[in-house]
Amino acid sequence: MTSTALSPDRPATSRRPVRTGRPLTRVSGLGFGVAMMWFSLLVLIPLAAVVVTASAGGWSTFWQAVTNEQTAAAIELTVGTAFAVTLVNIVMGTMIAWVLVRDRFFGKRALEILIDVPFALPTIVAGLVLLSLYGRNSPLGVDIANTRPAVFLAFLFVTLPFVVRTVQPVLAELERDVEEAAMSLGASRFTVFRRIILPSLTPAIAAGAALSFARGVSEYGSLVLLSGNLPMKTEVTSVRILSSIENDNLDSAAAVATILLLISFVVIVLLDVIQRRMVRRG
Amino acid sequence: MSIEIVNVSKRFGDFVALDNVNVSIPAGQLTALLGPSGGGKSTLLRIIAGLETADSGRIEIEGVDATKLSPQKRNVGFVFQHYAAFKHLSVARNVAFGLEIRKRPKDEIRERVHELLKLVHLAQFADRLPSQLSGGQRQRMALARALAVQPTVLLLDEPFGALDAKVRKELRDWLRRLHDEVHVTTVFVTHDQEEALEVADEIVVINEGRVEQIGSPDALYDTPANDFVMRFLGPVTELGDRLVRPHDLQLLTGGGESGAVPGRITRITRVGFEIRVVVAVRDQFVTVTLTRNEFLSLDLHVGSEVQVRVAPEVANSVGQSRVLGAV
Repeated sequence: MTSTALSPDRPATSRRPVRTGRPLTRVSGLGFGVAMMWFSLLVLIPLAAVVVTASAGGWSTFWQAVTNEQTAAAIELTVGTAFAVTLVNIVMGTMIAWVLVRDRFFGKRALEILIDVPFALPTIVAGLVLLSLYGRNSPLGVDIANTRPAVFLAFLFVTLPFVVRTVQPVLAELERDVEEAAMSLGASRFTVFRRIILPSLTPAIAAGAALSFARGVSEYGSLVLLSGNLPMKTEVTSVRILSSIENDNLDSAAAVATILLLISFVVIVLLDVIQRRMVRRG
Repeated sequence: MSIEIVNVSKRFGDFVALDNVNVSIPAGQLTALLGPSGGGKSTLLRIIAGLETADSGRIEIEGVDATKLSPQKRNVGFVFQHYAAFKHLSVARNVAFGLEIRKRPKDEIRERVHELLKLVHLAQFADRLPSQLSGGQRQRMALARALAVQPTVLLLDEPFGALDAKVRKELRDWLRRLHDEVHVTTVFVTHDQEEALEVADEIVVINEGRVEQIGSPDALYDTPANDFVMRFLGPVTELGDRLVRPHDLQLLTGGGESGAVPGRITRITRVGFEIRVVVAVRDQFVTVTLTRNEFLSLDLHVGSEVQVRVAPEVANSVGQSRVLGAV
């Protein structure tokens, strides 16, 4: 290949995407202002208020509230369980999404709708359902009332749709010919999944996992009936915060809330970092 | 013979994609599967690659019965119309993919990838992501990726179909030259007769799941087996009950030559060096194409009375006379 009529390849754009967007015009400035105000009113100011309340009593009060034995146990239970549930959801959610997208079977449409039920159901109703199924008078003979598995189960129930719903559309959009190309290059089904499909799904899985974790940490209604809220055993942070408020201990409630805020923030950032790594590694 | 396709049939529900197809594809050549969309040519290519299984029939690749082999084991390179790039991998890692699967040593992979990227003129883009390449560049990357595993046959499914006309033409020339260098048995699917005529050593015309004709570009153009092939490979017009190519017709301004029929010019269109003259002959409109010089020497105008005939040398060279409607 010494002579070629191909036009010389122009240098393409640099690897870093070009910054999109223009300076604000009067109209877009108004839009930006409204968006920022909305976001501030609903999110930033309340969050800041929580942090301010938490710090009102000074560092020692904060530290005392957080290191209180009962509070620490609640935080540990909540975060640990939310973490475990998220891991389960990553695997099961991806699998359910796969089945919904790639397979054809009787009742697919029904399953498609049912997936959202845990999400759409008022959480206290979910709690009632769980209590009647897995409580004292369980028709299944499974009684996990007032135990830690009850918390785990409640978290699983309400977070089920998140990974499924984030992965499903991405999986549906994947081009089949990319997988076929990998297969004709000699890749086994497993290799195709690991090296071609999974990297494309990772951002969606990470997003679903973040939602699932956040929802788990904040869960209240679905577990409050089944778990029994036993201090040091099955009491989660949302219950703990509520009881702090009921005892007129606002500082302590805000302190716990701040810790949860921090943990959620760290987890979401971590998931994003992991996700970016995975995508690049391929 | 490098690829033998024996009695292959394939249905999708009620739709017959391939109906008892038999083709022998010669080794080391560039063969085009040509036909209209939905005619079954892509299905045939995918059956050769193992991406689709035939309902019946047999596929042999280099003497090995491949009918039951998985696509991973057929050692074919496949290039898709829409590139099928691995979007999250750099250009170099796209090309390296097949070699990594085969667990070749790192040094060997690096060397081979570099060699291939040079071959497809993408050496300076090795670290880019596919999304940062143009369509033509992406397709060249896909070609390098397919060639990396040294396939026994290279299969291309409408490889230039998604590109604009100019890039198409460039890549077409380039594929021809690449093939002259690499000599791998290559089959490509196209619905563009010009592309097939220009690039292929051999053309298989497929329509409605059946093979209409197999032959060299010259043979197909000059002695088409039936009206379908004649119409599909180039422009046609009707004179009386004969189907002819417009450039095989002559216009005469003098008196009654033998075999010529009188008519009146109704329209003259100039397209570059080619002049298209539409002549009303009895109840027909016959299209005749002339070169610019022929046209000027005849001094033709709309409304001129002329005689139309099939050029004598053509009348003799066409093997069989074709009657309209007969296939």
